[in-house]
Amino acid sequence: MEADITLRVDGEDRKVTVDTRTTLLDALRDRLGVTAPKKGCDHGQCGSCTVLVDGRRVVSCLSLAVARDGAEVTTAAGLADADGPHPVQRAFVANDALQCGFCTPGQVCSAVGVLAEVKAGWPSAVTEGDAAPELTDAEVRERMSGNLCRCGAYPGIVAAIREVGA
Amino acid sequence: MKPFAYRRATDARSAVATVAADPDAAFLAGGTNLVDHLKLGVACPSLLVDVSDLAADLVEHLPDGGLRIGAGTRNSDLAAHPVVRAHYPLLSEALLSGASGQLRNAATTAGNLLQRTRCGYFRDATAPCNKREPGSGCPAVAGHNRHHAILGASPDCVATHPSDLAAAMVALDATAVVLGPDGERRVPIGGLYRLPGDDPTRDTVLAHGELITAVELPAPFGGRARYRKVRDRASFAFALVSVAAAVRMHDGVVEDLRLVFGGLAHRPWRAAHAEDALRGSAPTEVALRAAADAELLDARTLSGNGFKVPLARNTLVSVLRELTDGAAEPEDDA
Ligand SMILES: Cc1cc2nc3c(=O)[nH]c(=O)nc-3n(C[C@H](O)[C@H](O)[C@H](O)COP(=O)(O)OP(=O)(O)OC[C@H]3O[C@@H](n4cnc5c(N)ncnc54)[C@H](O)[C@@H]3O)c2cc1C
Ligand code: SF4
Ligand code: FES
Ligand code: FES
Repeated sequence: MEADITLRVDGEDRKVTVDTRTTLLDALRDRLGVTAPKKGCDHGQCGSCTVLVDGRRVVSCLSLAVARDGAEVTTAAGLADADGPHPVQRAFVANDALQCGFCTPGQVCSAVGVLAEVKAGWPSAVTEGDAAPELTDAEVRERMSGNLCRCGAYPGIVAAIREVGA
Repeated sequence: MKPFAYRRATDARSAVATVAADPDAAFLAGGTNLVDHLKLGVACPSLLVDVSDLAADLVEHLPDGGLRIGAGTRNSDLAAHPVVRAHYPLLSEALLSGASGQLRNAATTAGNLLQRTRCGYFRDATAPCNKREPGSGCPAVAGHNRHHAILGASPDCVATHPSDLAAAMVALDATAVVLGPDGERRVPIGGLYRLPGDDPTRDTVLAHGELITAVELPAPFGGRARYRKVRDRASFAFALVSVAAAVRMHDGVVEDLRLVFGGLAHRPWRAAHAEDALRGSAPTEVALRAAADAELLDARTLSGNGFKVPLARNTLVSVLRELTDGAAEPEDDA
């Protein structure tokens, strides 16, 4: 069954008719040609499809496009502004936080989400007590555990995120 | 994937009427479990009624000092809620131990409680499975069963309930507010889940079309509480064993306590024998071990999950040692 939806993708309103079975990930990649989010596992287990929906990081493979009608979607391709790449993207480059790059668009979106969550004072499983969380290695690893990297670029990823969060 | 119609619910009553009237309809919340099941062919609804906008972001104080949590409240928002962190830290700990940041941002309170087992055969639509296809058999009994149940299982199904939140909710004595076609009823979460028996198709006592609208917590239990989860990796993995525990001490004696195991059974497992053994006693190392052993006396292991008995025992004892503080250090490594 089909549905007409509008997604605001990386700052642009995109109208599209989707089968109700289409995930947000497939709508972005196959219907709208927005290929920044990657399909790794398609089951919520790897994080490579991570995007920001209304400012919050989610996996786009377990979300139906029709359920996101009207939402604001930001992919890694939309993080840059007039001044160039997003600070998180620059830090990834500076810290060698990638090898093949397949997981990177998801890592970067997730990292932008993490920084906002830390700023809002959200705790993680490794946060001690009620104090405002600090971006230690342990905090970054825990908060980014939904993003796998088969190239094992984790040390660079942790360093990049700590650098931006400092 | 079978085609389905999609409707966004604007009020709970009509959502219930729609789903209750159609055996092939299902509620959709964050979708992190149901969309997975649609892809796997484990769920094949013809209509999805999206209830994720109902009672989202709703956390309100109750007159008795408790808290009412809207069913649509996202796992991440609930875990970060200042009142939850201050008065129900067990809930925050359990939520934050589960899934990933991205998933918790989408997952809802009710969806989390009603997520289905992670049994690999259940999730493989080409395999037999009594839970998915009644009467087709249970390959886990003689197959891959490392993650499976050691308590309360039946020959027909040895699956475990995967939710961390559910174990904490049982320890907190929470109640689900449920709306059905005939009105509202209240179901204590401790009584929400079923054992598999000879009908593993049903995880809970809810009827088709019944909607969880809220979860209510009684006034805080007091004392100290802890959610500890043991798993194959440090983060982003389901529990092999978990313990949700709350203990109130008075004059060196356990005044009252609540102990719940996750990962061991088809439902969160209230460790009532262990509670009874410790209530009113001094929490010595010997007493803690005896209490854990009393609970696990009826454990029945499968070919791959024998490790869960000592793991559950040691995890429970270690959590209790931490919460009671007074207990002596272990005398040996036994
Ligand atoms: C990779 C991965 C790792 C995970 N790790 C963990 C973990 O470690 N610990 C853990 O606890 N969980 C874990 N989860 C599961 C996750 O917590 C659940 O998928 C999530 O909580 C489900 O919530 P949802 O809102 O997305 O539910 P949905 O997927 O939308 O719905 C789930 C079920 O609940 C029903 N439902 C939803 N809302 C209602 C309602 N209000 N009334 C009645 N029925 C309703 C739906 O019909 C469906 O059957 C993991 C999931 C993934 C994909
Ligand atoms: S343990 Fe239960 S869910 Fe798993 S295969 Fe057996 S019947 Fe199915
Ligand atoms: S593709 Fe979405 S989490 Fe792996
Ligand atoms: S850089 Fe290759 S998977 Fe992460």
